[in-house]
Amino acid sequence: MDIFERLEILTDAAKYDVACTSSGVDRPGVKGKLGSAAKAGICHSFAADGRCISLLKVLMSNDCAFDCTYCVNRRTNECSRASFTPQELCELTMEFYRRNYIEGLFLSSAVVRNPDYTCELMLRALKMLREDRGFWGYVHVKAIPGANPRLTEQLGMYADRMSVNIELPSQQSLKLLAPQKSKEKILAPMTQIRDGIRQNSKEIVKYKAAPRFVPAGQSTQMIIGATPESDRQILALTEGLYKIYSLKRVFFSAYMPVVEDRALPALTTPPPLLREHRLYQADWLLRFYGFTAGEILDEKNPDFNPFLDPKCNWAVNHLEQFPVEVNTAPYEMLLRVPGIGVKSAKRIRSARRQCRLDFDGLKKLGVVLKRARFFILCGGKSISPLPMDNPVVIAGAISERSPAQRDLDTPEQLSLFGPQKEASVKSLTKGEVPGIKGDGFLPL
Amino acid sequence: MPDGTDIVYRYDGSYQGFLCCVAESCNEKKMPQAIQLLDEPQGSLFPLRAIETRPGLAAQVERSITERVSPEVKDMVRRGFLTCMEEKELNLLRFILLGYRYGAQVIGLSTNDVVHRLDKALLYLKNEAHYSLEFLRFAECGGFLAAMLTPNNWVLPLIVGHFCERLNTENFLIYDKNHGMGFVHRTGARERGEFFYAEALELPEPTEEEERYQELWRRFYDTIAVEGRINPKLRRGNMPMRYWENMTEFQR
Repeated sequence: MDIFERLEILTDAAKYDVACTSSGVDRPGVKGKLGSAAKAGICHSFAADGRCISLLKVLMSNDCAFDCTYCVNRRTNECSRASFTPQELCELTMEFYRRNYIEGLFLSSAVVRNPDYTCELMLRALKMLREDRGFWGYVHVKAIPGANPRLTEQLGMYADRMSVNIELPSQQSLKLLAPQKSKEKILAPMTQIRDGIRQNSKEIVKYKAAPRFVPAGQSTQMIIGATPESDRQILALTEGLYKIYSLKRVFFSAYMPVVEDRALPALTTPPPLLREHRLYQADWLLRFYGFTAGEILDEKNPDFNPFLDPKCNWAVNHLEQFPVEVNTAPYEMLLRVPGIGVKSAKRIRSARRQCRLDFDGLKKLGVVLKRARFFILCGGKSISPLPMDNPVVIAGAISERSPAQRDLDTPEQLSLFGPQKEASVKSLTKGEVPGIKGDGFLPL
Repeated sequence: MPDGTDIVYRYDGSYQGFLCCVAESCNEKKMPQAIQLLDEPQGSLFPLRAIETRPGLAAQVERSITERVSPEVKDMVRRGFLTCMEEKELNLLRFILLGYRYGAQVIGLSTNDVVHRLDKALLYLKNEAHYSLEFLRFAECGGFLAAMLTPNNWVLPLIVGHFCERLNTENFLIYDKNHGMGFVHRTGARERGEFFYAEALELPEPTEEEERYQELWRRFYDTIAVEGRINPKLRRGNMPMRYWENMTEFQR
C-alpha cells in the first residue's frame, strides 16, 4: 500500500474528530527551527463540509483492538487497516507545514494491541518530530484512556494541546455503546492532564526554562444524538467540564450514522446538525456571555427551541429585564441583548464614553438592530415596532424563519428534532436499557 | 478645518508623498478637491498642483501626528495608507485634521463618518491580511519556496513578519500580483528579507517531488470532509472564492 492510500485511509478514519483548532498558545519562532504558534490559532483551509482545516488530522493507525459500537474503526467493522511509520508522519508534517498548508499535527490513534503500546507508537513519532526534525509548530495529541500515566505525561511534554474524548454524554450510554471504555478510565487522564497543567504553571513561575506541559490546555468532545440525553443534561455536563476540569473547549459532534447496529439510530437518521449548532451557541453563552447552564435551559424546557437561538430564547422569556438603555446599561447586561455580541458590546462601552449613542450610531458599531430593537432604548427612546407585552409576538418577530417558512418546514423540522429523538429513544432502549435519569457523567 | 477649494493635488503615490500633501493642505489651510496620482489621466477641469515628495517634510508631518495627536493615530494613518478605501488620501487627510482638532480621542469617535469609514477600511485590511496568512500556498521551486497573492489591499507588509519568523529556515519569495510588489527572504549567516517591485514574475515549473506533495495535500483535502455535512455556503463564507485561485487544493 503506498503513502497516498495510507494517507487516505488514516485521514478518513480521523475525520469524525471535531477539534481542529490550533489555538491557545503563543510561541514565537526560534532561529533554526521550523514553525511558530499563534494564540488565536490559524485556519489554513475549509473542507467541502465548511469546517476548518488547521492541522494535519490523521490517525497513527486504525487497527483497533476495541469494539465501540458507534465507531468506524471498531474491530468487527470490515475496512482496510493501515499505519504510518514515524518517519512518514514527520515527513508529511514538515513538508505540508513549510508550504503553509497546515498549522501543525493532530495525532490520534486507534488502540493498537493495548493503550500503552499505542502511546509508545505516538511518542516515538512526536519525539522524532520535535527533537530530530526541530518542528516548532502546533501539536495536538489525543490521550489514550487506560494508558500508563507516565506515558501520558511524556506525550504532554511534546504536545501543545491534549484531549481525551468523553465520547458520550452519560455513563449509561457509554456502557451501552462503548463497553471497553468507562467513566473512570476517561476521567483519569483528564484529571491527570489538569493537575499536570496546574503543577507546570507553578514551575514556570519559579523557573523560566521549565519545560512546558500541554501549554494550550485540554479539550474534549462528545457525540450528540446517538443516545437519548436531553440538551439540558448535555449543557450541564459541559458546564461541569469547564468548571471542574478547566477545559479550554468542549466540542460536540452530531452523530453520523455510519455503522449499522441495533443499539444505534437507523442509518437513514439525518445527523442532528441543528441541535449541534444550538449546543455550540449555548457553549458560547457559557464561555463568553456570562450565562449559566441553568439559565439557558431548565426543567420546564429541557431542549433547545428550534426556531430561536438560546440567547433570544432567554431574552424572550425574561422580558421583565428589558428594555435596557444602551447609554447606561452595564456591560454584562449589554451582552445579554439579542443582536449585541461581544465585539459590539465592547464598542458600545468605549464609544459611549465619548458621545451619546443613537440608533444610527449603533448600526455603525455593528449592532443587529433587527433583533436588538425590541430590547433596547437609546436616550429613553424605543424603536420597537411591536407592543412589548406578549413574548410570543416578539419570539415570532425575531425567529430565524418567517411564519410562512415555518409552516412549510414544520414536518421536516419535527422529524429532525423533537419526535425523532423520542422515537430513537424508544428504538434504542427497547425496554432493556435503563432510561437516563439525571445521573449525568460527572459528579456534579 | 480648512475651507474647501477646487485644487486637485497630485503626488507620486508614496506614503511620504502623501504626508507632503497633508503638509501642503495644512499650510494653505485649504482642503483639496481631490488627491490623485501623478500619472492618472485628467478627469476634471479643476486646476492641478503637483506636490513634491520631500522625505524631511514627511518625517516632520509624521512626528507632528505622533506628538500632537497620538502614536496610535499615526499607526492608523500608516495602515490606512495600505487600504483600498475609496478616496483613500482625502479621507486620511480628513482623519488627520480631525485628530488635530480632537487629539487622541479621535479614535473613539467611531460614529463619525470619516472615522467610521477608516475603521471599516482598516478592518477590511486586517481581515484580508489574516486571510492571506491562512490561504497563502508555497510551492518548492528548487532551492526556494514561492507564493502568489492577489489581494485588494496592500497586505504584503503586514504578513511578511509572520513568515520570516515561522519559516526562518527557508528561502522564500512572496509576490503580490495585483500591486506588482514582492518580498524575498534569504537564510544563511546574514539572514535578511527585502521588498522589491516587479511588473510580472515567472516561476520555474514545479519539480516531481513538489507535484507529489501537492497531490498528497489534495488527497488529504478531499478525504477530510464529512460526506453527510457537505455545505458549500459555509465553505464560501469561511473562505471567499476570491482566494481559491492561488490555493493548491483548487489547482487541478
